[in-house]
Amino acid sequence: MIYLQLFIGFLNVGFFAFGGAYGAIPLIRDVVLSHGWLTEEALTYMIAVSESTPGSIVVNLSTYVGYSQAGIFGAFCATFAAVLPAFLIILFISMVLKNVIKMKGVQAVLYGLNPCVAGIILATGVYMVGQNLFLVHHGARAGIKELILTVVLGGIMFGGKKVFGKKVSPITLIMIAAVLGMVVYGV
Amino acid sequence: MRERKNKYLDLFLTFMEIGAFTFGGGYSMIPFIDEICVEKKKWITQEQMGNILVIAESTPGPMAINCSTFVGYLKGGMTGAFLATTGVVLPSFFIILLIAMFLDHFLEITIVANAFKGIKIAVGILILNAAFNMIKRQKKEMIPQLILYGAAVVMLLINLFSWNFSSISLLLIAGLFTLVLYLIHCFLFQKGGDRL
Repeated sequence: MIYLQLFIGFLNVGFFAFGGAYGAIPLIRDVVLSHGWLTEEALTYMIAVSESTPGSIVVNLSTYVGYSQAGIFGAFCATFAAVLPAFLIILFISMVLKNVIKMKGVQAVLYGLNPCVAGIILATGVYMVGQNLFLVHHGARAGIKELILTVVLGGIMFGGKKVFGKKVSPITLIMIAAVLGMVVYGV
Repeated sequence: MRERKNKYLDLFLTFMEIGAFTFGGGYSMIPFIDEICVEKKKWITQEQMGNILVIAESTPGPMAINCSTFVGYLKGGMTGAFLATTGVVLPSFFIILLIAMFLDHFLEITIVANAFKGIKIAVGILILNAAFNMIKRQKKEMIPQLILYGAAVVMLLINLFSWNFSSISLLLIAGLFTLVLYLIHCFLFQKGGDRL
């Protein structure tokens, strides 16, 4: 039964996908290709769509694959299964966290983990900005347009507080970026 | 962001807004949690945000789900966790459904592709900004600072050279390192370390 196959397939993805989308994509590939749900080409295209539309890439992909195989209810089954493990695991951790976090040993581990996560996020931010500026996109080198957008958006984000008197919210920046993208790449 | 009287409705709608604007998955969630859940709504403290990021990195599943379940539970128990998670998933679920039903060549629409190129650049900047905010909150002692910049350099190298070394291994090393330091400290002074 297709609904059950979708459910089990994506439950696997949800359970074993560590490290965000980059950990999940190989697993989704395995599940999707081994069942013959999508062709390699269709899957690659859909990964690109999932990266561009809002929301978790895993949720986006499971919704799409589910819909393509078994309509709206299929989309629901696949998405529900992909989300369920993380939901239950975090729920459990949240429940016990209050007590666990007081333990000296746990505090000692967190003492190292907290700055480590901050470092990982810093590296990711630097890498993403650098990638947009310098690396090759779809065969064309990034150029002046990327530089303009980065400078303008960076200026709005980091200088916003001085110029507008209040911090620019992430939602506002995303909306400005969408409009600027249409203008800069449209001409 | 509007004030809403009902706590559950507020959680649901706020996470729906977040879900509709987190492009690129994963880390793009962090600026929103930082700005909305910590600074504006004060649902969680900065320390709790640090903890959820650690937990999200070391457990499976999408970061969006990890964060929304955690914040939802702290704010509204089991119901809160369920509503926040459902809220964060719904926008992308329906957007993908619409694309799957009606838009076969979604990415070939020029104006859409152009908007996404702009958004992609904004996401990088947002994550960088969130990283700066997090760095400000770290303890200014030597060991955490060392771990922070050490991890950043290693992670950058991993990204640049596509090394087969995951961020989880990096976390494991950092956590073990401070745990061992703590144990040595306890052993040397025969008491619970007060500094760690």
